[in-house]
Amino acid sequence: MQGGMVPHQRIDRTIAEFREFPRMTSTAPQAAPKPRPLSPHLQIYNQGFTGTLSILHRITGVGLSLALPVLVAWLVALARGPGEYASFMQCVTSPIGKLFLMGWAWAFSYHLCAGIRHLLWDTGWGFELKQVYLTGKIMIGTTALLTLILWVAILGA
Amino acid sequence: MQQSGGLRSPLGRVRGLGSAKHGTAHWWALRLTALALVLLCGWFFVKLTFCLAASDYGATMSWLSQPVPAALMSLFLLVGFHHTANGLQVVIEDYVRCEGARLALIVAVKFLAAAGAVIGIVAVGKIAFGG
Repeated sequence: MQGGMVPHQRIDRTIAEFREFPRMTSTAPQAAPKPRPLSPHLQIYNQGFTGTLSILHRITGVGLSLALPVLVAWLVALARGPGEYASFMQCVTSPIGKLFLMGWAWAFSYHLCAGIRHLLWDTGWGFELKQVYLTGKIMIGTTALLTLILWVAILGA
Repeated sequence: MQQSGGLRSPLGRVRGLGSAKHGTAHWWALRLTALALVLLCGWFFVKLTFCLAASDYGATMSWLSQPVPAALMSLFLLVGFHHTANGLQVVIEDYVRCEGARLALIVAVKFLAAAGAVIGIVAVGKIAFGG
């Protein structure tokens, strides 16, 4: 029927015909069809500000789970004596160790601030769009400040 | 009333916890540990940044062998691992589809969290009580 067309051309043509359909069938003059909203779609989904903050809370939470065993290792090294403690600290204060610590410092600060924001929501406060954006921005600022303080401490160690 | 709940009152049905028999306990525990961690993290943040960063073995030992720091560190481990296990469970339940893998991961997380907390607390005990 539509010989010579590759599949996507055929689909394009079908869509075009579908869009024309009301004008073809109705005798009354019609306005051009409004473009339909396309956002909640797998390939062109628009990741917004609040959604990004939300998923970062999860990602930092999972990241911090990996930091707890390091805290335990620090305590075990401390309990085992000076030699063990020195080698643990040497490992942690190496360039790669410090890089991990700096990542965890950011995750710690972020998850703490975002967690406080979540607890505020749990009281029923702060769901207005304006408040959500405001607390989000305050949270980013506080996270940056805490992270900076921890980074200075880590780099100084 | 009679057709949906039998002899149980609506309040009894809500409290009684649905098919898992846990009701809102998991959600509440996550919030309670979060609130405790906000306080403990405040303490931990200050100590970590201003006292421990530059201190050596002796100074750290003498700090952690005091009763209050040792108790707060134990509390931090207990609450921290509890919160972590609960949080990871929520993430696993949301993203792991295969029933078997999901259950195995949740069990592994609970076991590892319990082990981590106890190992950490025993280490703190050894530091605090000497030996």
